[in-house]
Amino acid sequence: MGDFQPSIIAFTCAWCGYPSAVLAGVNRIEYPTGVNIVRVMCTGMIEPAYIMRALEYGADGVVLVGCMMENCHYMVGNKKAQERADTLRPLLDMMGIGAGRLRTEWINASERVRFAAAMKDFSVALKGLGPNPLGRLGEGGVEAGH
Amino acid sequence: MSEKVVKRIIQDTHAFDCVECGKCTSVCPMTRHKKDFAPRLIVVKAMDSPSVETLARERDLWACTTCGTCSAMCPYKVDYTEFIRAMRAEGALLDVTPDCSQGGLLHSMMRMMAKGELVQDRLGWAKPPLRVAEKGDIYYFTGCSRHMAQVFEDRRGIDIGSVPASAVRIMNAAGVVPAVSRNEVCCGHDLNWVGDEDNFAALVDKNVAAIKATGAKTVVFTCPEGLRTFSKDYPVVAQDELPFKAVHISELLAGWIMEGRLRFKQTKMKVTYHDACRLGRHMGVYDPPREVLRAIPGLELVEMENIREKCLCCGVSGWISCDADTKLLQMDKLMEAKRTGAETMLSFCPKCQLHLNCARADNVPVERALIDIPVQDFTVFVANALEESK
Repeated sequence: MGDFQPSIIAFTCAWCGYPSAVLAGVNRIEYPTGVNIVRVMCTGMIEPAYIMRALEYGADGVVLVGCMMENCHYMVGNKKAQERADTLRPLLDMMGIGAGRLRTEWINASERVRFAAAMKDFSVALKGLGPNPLGRLGEGGVEAGH
Repeated sequence: MSEKVVKRIIQDTHAFDCVECGKCTSVCPMTRHKKDFAPRLIVVKAMDSPSVETLARERDLWACTTCGTCSAMCPYKVDYTEFIRAMRAEGALLDVTPDCSQGGLLHSMMRMMAKGELVQDRLGWAKPPLRVAEKGDIYYFTGCSRHMAQVFEDRRGIDIGSVPASAVRIMNAAGVVPAVSRNEVCCGHDLNWVGDEDNFAALVDKNVAAIKATGAKTVVFTCPEGLRTFSKDYPVVAQDELPFKAVHISELLAGWIMEGRLRFKQTKMKVTYHDACRLGRHMGVYDPPREVLRAIPGLELVEMENIREKCLCCGVSGWISCDADTKLLQMDKLMEAKRTGAETMLSFCPKCQLHLNCARADNVPVERALIDIPVQDFTVFVANALEESK
């Protein structure tokens, strides 16, 4: 348990979230290895079902990383994403998964340090929460090797 | 092998009795708008070429709302709904899945409850002055209405989130303190009807264990789906005989009213009542809800054109196959309700309420005034009509 490394699914938008992650890499800024990046065009395309599915399959945390509010490249995508996350978090609490496993971060494309810091912070918080109570599941409910 | 499976399903549901009279098609709410859809044809196709592979990929198998109007009308009592369910379960084994509403969010939620040992906050609503117990003869099954209310919190006019609290308020007023359990999980209705039998069985085991621990002999439901699933599907799947029986709250209410244990305040209103398919056609509970409404002074119950076994469906079941045709069906339903002149339509089913409210909120193909009738929860309505205790 001491070396528990939270597995994080980071949905990053193509305009700010993803570039900030790339810049963090280019600049060799370290962030936790458990962060798995999924690039999407806009955080507004992330259905609550995507987040739920990630948690169902055993992600310890899910974070949506998009453009700063008012700066979305598709006008209101990030606002929609924030609303959806706000709706989902109480449900996660009700179910015993924990609202703390879902975060949103609104970061500019150039803010590589902020991206790395946000991931570190989330990872530390998830270590506090412990592993996903559902365990890490592979497709079809079979325990997958990590 | 698959031929054998289809033959078994045909046998179990008496589908071979079909005389092709076509009554099922003429009453089917889906057929009104899906021109090629017919319950009978799904069966005929299965008999002609008994292959799960082809049938499971058939769109009609998943478009059926399993409302049961066909079975209710069939002179030979072919169990079409069970036929559909069993075929879906076989389809699921072949990885054929339906188009899920909300991208499958709700099915995910149910599978999570089936798979994991979650410490849920299922009883957040059970606060004083409500009285609940940890053990007792009567158990109240909370169900998932609060979860659904949270998922659809942006919808206006939805009152299903307060169903559990309202149900216990009524039970307390009648002098009953029900047992509840935080270890209860989703009843599994939707997973069962999309063919996910494994996760359904896991939910059955958890619920039976949770209720057993309270020592209850009677399990009370507000949700028609929970009632149907516990009454008809749990005995098939559960490992041992169930130590309790399932009843609907309206049946208890009707009895308590007769005994004079409940008093209602003057409620001058005109309402109409929607027979949810799981409560009516599947379970045969038609009269108790009407008796309850008649007991409320000042309240006038006006009936729609199609009621009881002919009651029109809300359009979607099991969170699958919601499409343009179901929206038209929902228009039929709402227009019928509006024509009664009632101020509101009451239904026990949280999903009927969600589906019909959703249809109302959308762009509608008819004059808005023709469908402008709110849909409210029966339990919440009755709780609000209770006479305040002195």
